[in-house]
Amino acid sequence: MPLHELWFYLIAVLFLGFLVLEGFDFGVGMLMAPLGSRGDGDPDDRRRAVLNTIGPVWDANEVWLITAGAAMFAAFPNWYATLFSALYLPLLAILFGMILRIVGIEWRGKINDPHWRRWADIGIALGSWLPAILWGVAFAILLRGLPIDADGQAQTSIGDVLSPYTLLGGLATASLFAFYGSVFIALKTSGAIHEDAFRFGRLLSIPVIVLAGGFGLWTQLAYGKPWTWLALGVAVVALLAAVALVWQKTREGWAFASTVVVVAAVAVLIFGSMYPNLLPSTLNPDWSVTVENGSSTPYTLRIMTWASLALLPLVLTYQGWTYWVFRNRISVDAIPASIGLSRRPS
Amino acid sequence: MDALDVSRWQFGITTVYHFIFVPLTIGLAPLIAVMQTVWVATGNPAWYRLTKFFGKLFLINFAIGVATGIVQEFQFGMNWSEYSRFVGDIFGAPLAFEGLIAFFFESTFIGLWIFGWSRLPRLVHLACIWIVAFGVNASAYFIIAANSFMQHPVGAKFNPESGRAELIDFGALLTNNTAIWAFLHAITASLLTAGAFVAGISAWLMVRSHTRSEEAEARTMYRPATILGSFVALIAAVGLVATGDIQGKLMFVQQPMKMASAESLCHTETDPNFSILTVGTHNNCDSIIRVLEVPYVLPFLAESKFSGVTLQGVEDLQKQAEEKFGPGNYRPNLFVTYWAFRAMIGLLAVPVAFALLSLWLTRRGRIPDQRWYGTLGILTIPTPFLASSAGWVFTEMGRQPWVVVPNPTGDQMVRMTVQDGVSNHAAGTVLFSLGVFALLYGALAVVWFYLMRRYVTEGPLEHDSEPAPPAPPDKDDVAPLSFAY
Repeated sequence: MPLHELWFYLIAVLFLGFLVLEGFDFGVGMLMAPLGSRGDGDPDDRRRAVLNTIGPVWDANEVWLITAGAAMFAAFPNWYATLFSALYLPLLAILFGMILRIVGIEWRGKINDPHWRRWADIGIALGSWLPAILWGVAFAILLRGLPIDADGQAQTSIGDVLSPYTLLGGLATASLFAFYGSVFIALKTSGAIHEDAFRFGRLLSIPVIVLAGGFGLWTQLAYGKPWTWLALGVAVVALLAAVALVWQKTREGWAFASTVVVVAAVAVLIFGSMYPNLLPSTLNPDWSVTVENGSSTPYTLRIMTWASLALLPLVLTYQGWTYWVFRNRISVDAIPASIGLSRRPS
Repeated sequence: MDALDVSRWQFGITTVYHFIFVPLTIGLAPLIAVMQTVWVATGNPAWYRLTKFFGKLFLINFAIGVATGIVQEFQFGMNWSEYSRFVGDIFGAPLAFEGLIAFFFESTFIGLWIFGWSRLPRLVHLACIWIVAFGVNASAYFIIAANSFMQHPVGAKFNPESGRAELIDFGALLTNNTAIWAFLHAITASLLTAGAFVAGISAWLMVRSHTRSEEAEARTMYRPATILGSFVALIAAVGLVATGDIQGKLMFVQQPMKMASAESLCHTETDPNFSILTVGTHNNCDSIIRVLEVPYVLPFLAESKFSGVTLQGVEDLQKQAEEKFGPGNYRPNLFVTYWAFRAMIGLLAVPVAFALLSLWLTRRGRIPDQRWYGTLGILTIPTPFLASSAGWVFTEMGRQPWVVVPNPTGDQMVRMTVQDGVSNHAAGTVLFSLGVFALLYGALAVVWFYLMRRYVTEGPLEHDSEPAPPAPPDKDDVAPLSFAY
């Protein structure tokens, strides 16, 4: 296989890792406020229980995105340069959200004060909703294309960013991640939160089927290849299975595994439909950025290939080990008192 | 202002801002690892409390470093897309390696360290912080290797067919002498930053302990930590001077324009004097009046000799550059490079003096109680941060107008000016994003400072005085985690 083709798949794998891992992080952040605000137990303990389900792992999950971005830069500089400059403002919004989320999560417990926590919660909510929606929009744009001219420049207009298809993409990822988050919380908690997470999963099941299913079908019909029907089929079957399990309120492990399959199959559908384009030009197909004309030299790709093949298995091993170390469920009753300082010295 | 100016301001502001927090992360991670190692080895709870105390400060700081770091990676494509296209074949690989080798390690093991106190066996947990320390330092290496390609491109050639620079030798890129010495310079600067941070805070707490009848804490925690921080700062300062000297000698050869402008040396001279003070606008060579200078220093800085050294001046280098690369202004901003260079070196004196003073005042078991000494400790802390910022401002402003400075002995076509590297945005778009970053970063800086100050003044906490025994995760709950969110 030519290396630039291999690298298309490797970048797809990195984004798949990002979506599978960070997807439930976003979902947990999206559901933290609504799950915390009502139900049994102290509202703040509930929020902390929800947040601590991703506590030890969210930071490393995010590195999949950083690495995917760097790999795009290294393997397909034209793709990276064209896409990132053309989507300047959407990426600014994503960065804004991600920064808020990071400091919101890390600083939330540092000061034991309701106002302080409310601000942190706003940051976490914004920082989870914004990227959850905008990554869907971004992937839809990757499929739909941008007005790239002969010089590889794209003058993006608002209509390129916000069209019915891209908006549906944003709603699809947002609903999928929220559903995914509810299943993850059900898997990682026990007691009241566990039950309530199932309730949210039920509430979300119709939106996720309609929005994610609709986006998948539109993608397949407009941009798909014959074989990507298979990915769409797997995604739909797995989603229906996950929804059925959530309705039965049992076997959250299987429900989680099914949702992982859904997210992975959606990633396969997106990248499978994209190939061999990386970013199609809506002006002239000859001006599209493709796997052929966007890639680095074979020498660079060969070095990157060896490095990834040597290091990714190691990364997967120790990241997997982290999930094993923190495999316990979390319950509201077991949340210790906040050890944050008071706002002012006493 | 056009899009180029605004983009440069944005990159400068976001990068300098990012590197306020990063040196502390890089330097403090190994120091905390040492503290925890001492605790594990001796069982002395004072070192456990120090680990926890500086660990909290480390985490407050780590968060903002991570958050502002993501912006850096995105910005190359967003604002400097022509640059990214031109050098992507070379520049992207170290960034990808940084993700694969450094970021995955540090992010995974920082999670294990924060949440693993009562989960992991002690030695495994100790290994986690050492791996974090490795990760943050490895990350510095790869990003500086990438930056060094901009300062002194090696291992690459220009491909006229594709119109871009292409990698021909990855080993040469990673062993670029500029990269190795700049990396060691940044690492020693980070250790100095962290050493001064630990020593300054501990000194302040030690002086305060006299008014709070905390003599035991002063003797078992603050005094040893002050001494540890002071030793690290002094050793780092020696390394900093040595690596800076080597780097300077390389730069006289590789980027003579940068060094000439750092000296405001306008015309080629043999054995020029080292300038300590000049007045004038500096952007115009004719307006500079050299007020105070010393002989012998500059020839030594350039070639380790006291005389017989001819250094090229800005105006002569400008003429050579015009002959080689066509008409244009190839002079960096003399005012900025001249003063940033002096600020970087001058600020070094403060932590060194403070560290020597600390070792003197704590000699033979003494526990100093002078109020001014505690205050001096706090005032020392910002100086290495400012020196790092000045150093980066110097080295990045000194390569202007280039984004990739042509290598005098390399492929002359592997070069690019910042003007050619910028994305094709409207100035207003970039001004908007600059406004967003300025507001967000400003707010974060306030919160960061508040949190650091709050945790420093509180001192080591009571509930961190007893280490929790590691519990196997068999129960269906979370054990009390002192770092949990």
